Amino acid sequence: MGISRRTAELAVAIGIFIIGMAIIGDSIHLGIGWSNSSPEPGYFPVRVGGILALASIGIAIQALLDRSSASLQEFVSWERFRLVLAVFVPTVAYVVIMMLFGIYVSSALFIAAFMAASRKFNWFVILAVSVGSMLVVFWLFEIEFLVPLPKGPLETWLGY
Amino acid sequence: MDQLVSLLHGFGVVLSAYHLWLMLLGIMLGILVGVLPGLGGPNGVAILLPLTFTMPPTSAIIMLSCIYWGALFGGAITSILFNIPGEPSSVATTFDGYPLAQQGRAGEALTAAFSGSFIGALLGVLLITFMAPLVARFALKFGPPEFFAVYLLTFCSFIGMGREAPLKSIVAMMLGFGMAAMGMDTMSGQIRMTYGLPQLMQGIDFLIAVIGLFGIGEILLTMEEGLAFKGKAANISPKVVFQTWARLPRYWLTLIRSSVIGCWMGITPGGATAASFMGYGIAKKFSRNGDKFGTGQVEGVLAPEVAAHASGTSALLPMLALGIPGSATAAVLLGGLMIWGLEPGPLLFIEHKEFVWGLIASMYLGNVAGLIIVLSTVPLFAAILRVPFSIIAPMIIILCAIGAYTVHNSMFDVGLMLLFGVVGYFFKKLDYPLAPLVLSLVLGDKAEDAFRQSMLASKGDVTIFASNWLVGSITLLAMVLLFWPLLVGAWKKLRTLRQVPAT
Amino acid sequence: MPFKSRYSSKSISLLKGAAFGLALSSSALFTGAAHADWKPTKPITFVVTGGPGGGADQMARLIQGVVTKYKLSPQPMIVVIQNGGGGGQGFMDVKGSAGDAHKIMIGLSNIYTVPLSTNLPFNWRDTTPLAVMALDEFVLWVNAKAPYKDAKEYMQAVKSKPDTFKMGGAGSKREDEVVTAMLEQATGSKFTFIPYKGGGEISTQLVGGHIDSDVNNPIEHIAHWRAGEVKPLCVFDKQRMPFKAKITGDMSWGDIPTCRESGINAEYLMLRAIFMPKDVSKDESDFYIKLLGQVREKPEWKEFISKGAYKDDFMTGAALTKFLEEDEKRHVEIMGKANFLAKK
Repeated sequence: MGISRRTAELAVAIGIFIIGMAIIGDSIHLGIGWSNSSPEPGYFPVRVGGILALASIGIAIQALLDRSSASLQEFVSWERFRLVLAVFVPTVAYVVIMMLFGIYVSSALFIAAFMAASRKFNWFVILAVSVGSMLVVFWLFEIEFLVPLPKGPLETWLGY
Repeated sequence: MDQLVSLLHGFGVVLSAYHLWLMLLGIMLGILVGVLPGLGGPNGVAILLPLTFTMPPTSAIIMLSCIYWGALFGGAITSILFNIPGEPSSVATTFDGYPLAQQGRAGEALTAAFSGSFIGALLGVLLITFMAPLVARFALKFGPPEFFAVYLLTFCSFIGMGREAPLKSIVAMMLGFGMAAMGMDTMSGQIRMTYGLPQLMQGIDFLIAVIGLFGIGEILLTMEEGLAFKGKAANISPKVVFQTWARLPRYWLTLIRSSVIGCWMGITPGGATAASFMGYGIAKKFSRNGDKFGTGQVEGVLAPEVAAHASGTSALLPMLALGIPGSATAAVLLGGLMIWGLEPGPLLFIEHKEFVWGLIASMYLGNVAGLIIVLSTVPLFAAILRVPFSIIAPMIIILCAIGAYTVHNSMFDVGLMLLFGVVGYFFKKLDYPLAPLVLSLVLGDKAEDAFRQSMLASKGDVTIFASNWLVGSITLLAMVLLFWPLLVGAWKKLRTLRQVPAT
Repeated sequence: MPFKSRYSSKSISLLKGAAFGLALSSSALFTGAAHADWKPTKPITFVVTGGPGGGADQMARLIQGVVTKYKLSPQPMIVVIQNGGGGGQGFMDVKGSAGDAHKIMIGLSNIYTVPLSTNLPFNWRDTTPLAVMALDEFVLWVNAKAPYKDAKEYMQAVKSKPDTFKMGGAGSKREDEVVTAMLEQATGSKFTFIPYKGGGEISTQLVGGHIDSDVNNPIEHIAHWRAGEVKPLCVFDKQRMPFKAKITGDMSWGDIPTCRESGINAEYLMLRAIFMPKDVSKDESDFYIKLLGQVREKPEWKEFISKGAYKDDFMTGAALTKFLEEDEKRHVEIMGKANFLAKK
């Protein structure tokens, strides 16, 4: 059970159509013609938006007319898609945690979670790899290259 | 042969224990910043610039140019191993480099990329050594119409050749143009397409889009296919280097083509990114295995790398001789020169001979030293693919996040990167090509600016694009390349038509 | 320990909030107290609102280099480029970091031009201005092959053929176009203004003859001037530049006449100033003012100023506030007249 490739094609085409319309909407108030012998700021974007909208309609029609087996095949099976989500959902969580606790804490947790989920490592190795790699990153970026990365309460507490 | 004498003198300056040590250090640091996405190239040089403030200018520039080499070499590594180009000019390297790595031929791909960079850069340095005064003034001939024609040439050499559905190629390219237009419009000072989000004011940086589309998108796809890294079982030994070298001469035509493109784009200054795409596009159009490009061809790695580095290196020529930074990195180096009290420009070659020839000599030595260092580490880098997936996958995602963050120091960009990851996943599954998107994202606003500047200057007269021999011939060449498949088709038809009555 | 010092600096800012306006000019009186020597406890972020390698970036990196070399600060400075939206990105960052004493920003006159022309919700009053480090001169340049002897002749030619002479400048409705507008308003002429990305690009466009003139800063054209590729017509300042050292065979920066001498009533100087976020304590801002004052005394700085022919000027406190207020008013005036203000 899963969504067909055709459904996915249609969904992406609709998304592109919306983007095209959004670009047109923004460009209109910028001026879409020529003024002072040169194209106005909205001249190119409005055409880009228009082409996007037209092309997305074309893609949608193609997808609807396409009766071949490839089109009706499933886009991705549920079992496969679960594997994708198994990476994607933690990555989203990682970014959210990063906003709250900075990149170092969230990254260490992220590595630890992946390693723990694979059930191939004992907790000591997990701790060493996740914390150790972040210490290296911290040393490299904050101390050697002086590139500030997002930090959270832990770093503040440590005086950084 | 004045140049030879001066060059020998330059080697004399460079070949001291202190300078050799600086070169080594510079290359190592350069590789490091090149490998970390978001740091490489201009940022890396800018970050390391303060290290050199306390040194005499000649030592400082030697170290900086070695950092530059290191970063260039390092940029190819992530492109090939993880499909994450660290800078715009290494996007084209992923097209064939990453498939090679997936087939377990990462060693070959890395060797080809490094050797390609070396060859390209060497030709660039040779050009600087012997042709500097001659070609330097050529860059001055480039006004807005000429720049527009060069961008047009890049687009034309690249498009109209994919196997993908034409509508989807158009969509990809237009999305790139749309994103390139976001943020402040240079020509009117107005803000476009920010939809009330101040974070979009700076536009969408190429790196964020690419890290998301290529890096995150690729990880999601890899997961779906249920495999760890396909390159895991790669047979990696130092022998690979020599085996790859033995096969390089057969690509001589591609090497020459890409070097010429690169040097031309460096001097004009069209930039390394345009050069790499053009190098790849032209090689694909004219090479015998052109139609196999994209499936893992060593030639497809060589073509963009040679062009990018020939261009990156010859871009230093207009910088030194005219004070025009040909690339973002050159702009940072230029700032450095001024801090040390040197003025790049026509008089630099006369007033600061020691500095200029020291720099040129260090470019030769730095390039050679860089090649030796990176080649000796090929097995090491290729071995990264053997690290268990549950460790390397989160690390890649973390590197992507760091890279996205450092571009503008903005968390918003990290979120944007995730969004691009999802888009990349769907686009790849539905066969939307990503290359046209990246190309128009990088060059779109430059092309638009050049077009509008030309129109301002000519009062809206489009014939400005054929107004002199230079811009006219570039435009013509662009048109020929655009319609090349049609021309070839017509030629074949003509021949068969002639043969039919004969038989 | 670091946690503690952070805490105490916060409480000071509360205490001093009321007295802040009063005490601006009398720093000596107020800083004798126990908390006088606030010092940064973590690396200082130095926000640059111009492109990498450009004027603002060069100055920031020089300050960073001098601070590092003479160990003027216990913590390093980290230069961060935030030039999106003409620098607007950096402004919004500083505006949003109120109370952060580990962040400073270098701003040019884009602190007025960008908000005025784009409706960006930012004003320099959203920051704590620390010091003007220098002012940047603007010079009217033409290609060396151009037949014009002086600014008067050139402007007459421009006036006689409106909309034909091409003036190149960085960005649209920004400093270069503001200067161009002043020039037009003063002489009743009209240029075709062509915006480019930055000063370096414009220099080569002038040398290559793709534009007729530009109003670049001295440092952007020094190399071409010396090589005899471009020539300066006049400087947009009250008096001539003070630098007497010969740049070309027979001319120094000081030999360039002012535009007023050629009968063109136009003056413009660009700000190069350092700001920090609002709501910081006086000790915190004093630390940076002192630090910047120390930077200015080092030989590297002096060389930088004379090399770039900057106008050496250091303003802090009340004098700075007054200067910013007047400068802002002038920009509103000129930009209003030239129709550069964003529609509300």
